[in-house]
Amino acid sequence: MARYEAIQEIMESIEEELIICNIGFPSRELYEIDDRSKNFYMIGSMGLASSIGFGLAMARPHKDVVVIDGDGSLLMNMGSLVTVFANNPSNLTWIVIDNGAYGSTGNQDTYAQKIDLVDVAKGVGFKNSFDFKDINLKDVIRSDDASFVVYKTEPGNSDAPIIDLDPITIKERFMSSI
Amino acid sequence: MDSTEAIYDGLKDAGIDFIVSVPCVNLSKLLNMIDDDPEITHIPVTREEEGIGICAGAYLGGKRTAILMQNSGLGNSINALKSLMELYEFPLLMIMSHRGTEGESICGQVPMGESTALILEAMGFNFFTPATPEAAYDDVRLSWELSEDEGKPVSILLEIKYW
Repeated sequence: MARYEAIQEIMESIEEELIICNIGFPSRELYEIDDRSKNFYMIGSMGLASSIGFGLAMARPHKDVVVIDGDGSLLMNMGSLVTVFANNPSNLTWIVIDNGAYGSTGNQDTYAQKIDLVDVAKGVGFKNSFDFKDINLKDVIRSDDASFVVYKTEPGNSDAPIIDLDPITIKERFMSSI
Repeated sequence: MDSTEAIYDGLKDAGIDFIVSVPCVNLSKLLNMIDDDPEITHIPVTREEEGIGICAGAYLGGKRTAILMQNSGLGNSINALKSLMELYEFPLLMIMSHRGTEGESICGQVPMGESTALILEAMGFNFFTPATPEAAYDDVRLSWELSEDEGKPVSILLEIKYW
């Protein structure tokens, strides 16, 4: 069980939600599993998936936004936990696929192996900080607070190819879909 | 024209309705004015790079975005400005308090202050250095459309003597 299967399971709960997906293999795998115009694939700027999703959620409070992030990327932008908690956009669900590895660069270990990210978010103050296996994702997406969800998996990448959409197309079709 | 009100009026007349910030003492009055404006969503952020990502997301949601920060924040944002904003052609207005310029009292501000314009030139980003409130108003007001046309961030550098 690795990230690919995690994304497959997450997408079973997705209907009209807007998705911001982390750089590298996460976006490549999502593109292969379920390409849709409501997916924004990151091609650069590691660490900023949650920030992009948060900005979108604040701009469009009546649209549900789901971020698919990774543990290495979260560690690069820990301040985002504080900003998201303080503003508490009820329409934002931030999922971290935690495989304990920098998957896209060769599965080097991350420090997330040494910490419990659910506890970290609870410590910041998130009322909704869950392990994916304990929740119904659809219910969490509809909750009245910002939500932080950790999906624990093993490291490993699929053979999903590089996304053949150019960045402007990704942006324009995403904006048109809102 | 007051130096702060010139920036505020320029932001308003450019239609900016979503602002992220990391504070500078020279921006404090402007930040208060923005906080008091119900038409502007203002998000203080923990680090400037985070703010760049937030602005990208807000633009996807239809907002006109700006970041208010010290020029030191430019250094904290370079990769996001290139491999997010320029890559996807996101417009962004960057209002920077340009520290380390003439009249600076803190030596720690000088190295980054001396390099700020050179960094923006190397990045290929347009920037303006208005000397008067009248010039600043025009530069701010016109920079959003310039940024949209170019598909790149546009900066306003406000040196210490501007205020």
